[in-house]
Amino acid sequence: MDLIVENLELIAFYVFGGLCLASALAVISVRNSVHAALFLVLTFFSTACTWILARAEFLGIALVLVYVGAVMVLFLFVVMMLDIRTERMREGFIRHLPVGVLVAVLMLVQMLVLIGVRRMAAIVPPPESVAGHSNTEAVGMRLFTDYVFGFEIAAVILTVAIIAAIALTLRRRPGTRHQDVGEQVRVRPGDRLRMVKMPAERRPEVDQ
Amino acid sequence: MITLAHYLVLGAALFCISVAGIFINRKNVLILLMAIELMLLAVNVNFIGFSRFLDAIDGQVFVFFILTVAAAESAIGLAILVVLFRNRSTINVAELDDMKG
Repeated sequence: MDLIVENLELIAFYVFGGLCLASALAVISVRNSVHAALFLVLTFFSTACTWILARAEFLGIALVLVYVGAVMVLFLFVVMMLDIRTERMREGFIRHLPVGVLVAVLMLVQMLVLIGVRRMAAIVPPPESVAGHSNTEAVGMRLFTDYVFGFEIAAVILTVAIIAAIALTLRRRPGTRHQDVGEQVRVRPGDRLRMVKMPAERRPEVDQ
Repeated sequence: MITLAHYLVLGAALFCISVAGIFINRKNVLILLMAIELMLLAVNVNFIGFSRFLDAIDGQVFVFFILTVAAAESAIGLAILVVLFRNRSTINVAELDDMKG
């Protein structure tokens, strides 16, 4: 029991990390795209949990809010809007499976050799920061001083992205009626009223 | 005790899973986009791990920027996908060969 309490953090990491990897495997292998998007939500959520274990609370919450809350909803919208025939999409799945698995396993082995797991395992975490330390405040202090230019560029990138997304999907249908303000402002009296010159007429004589 | 190796192995495994996903889901652009998101997430895991164990907050700032760019990328990617589907009524990569590349 004492051992469990001592290693509670490690156990939590293994649970969240295992969940993260299992759901990532599900994302790339399930048949249905909607299910894939939902598994991606689970992946992001469990990754956010491991980030919070690494004392990156602000980014953990931001990942849940931004990704699970916004980006994944966007994905789900698109998945449900498009009518995808899953059977056709699965063609070649079995054929490419061995190559994919081989490449992935080779890459993983290479990366683990490169990382040097034993050497990295010797690096212990720095001592816990004092009470009252706020991760959000620390990130904000650094973000708005040293990295403020990058922050501005990130804002510009987001603006460009929203304009691009709207411009790409905007569709003008030929039949719809809409107001053209420029046309309305540019109008002259002559466009609306036609003056016709004609001779005066005599009043018909009625008293005869 | 969690060590740096835990985070690096998690990031590496996540990255390799998404590479395998790109290999085996050649037809479906949606799954390809999801695999790219997973790759960016794997990079972010590495950043967070190093930020924690080297006691430097800069890694978290970079994760913030990567999240921003990834959100922009997926928004534009999905918009392109919607336009593509509207014009061709398919998102099968194998059928998108107009440019004869």
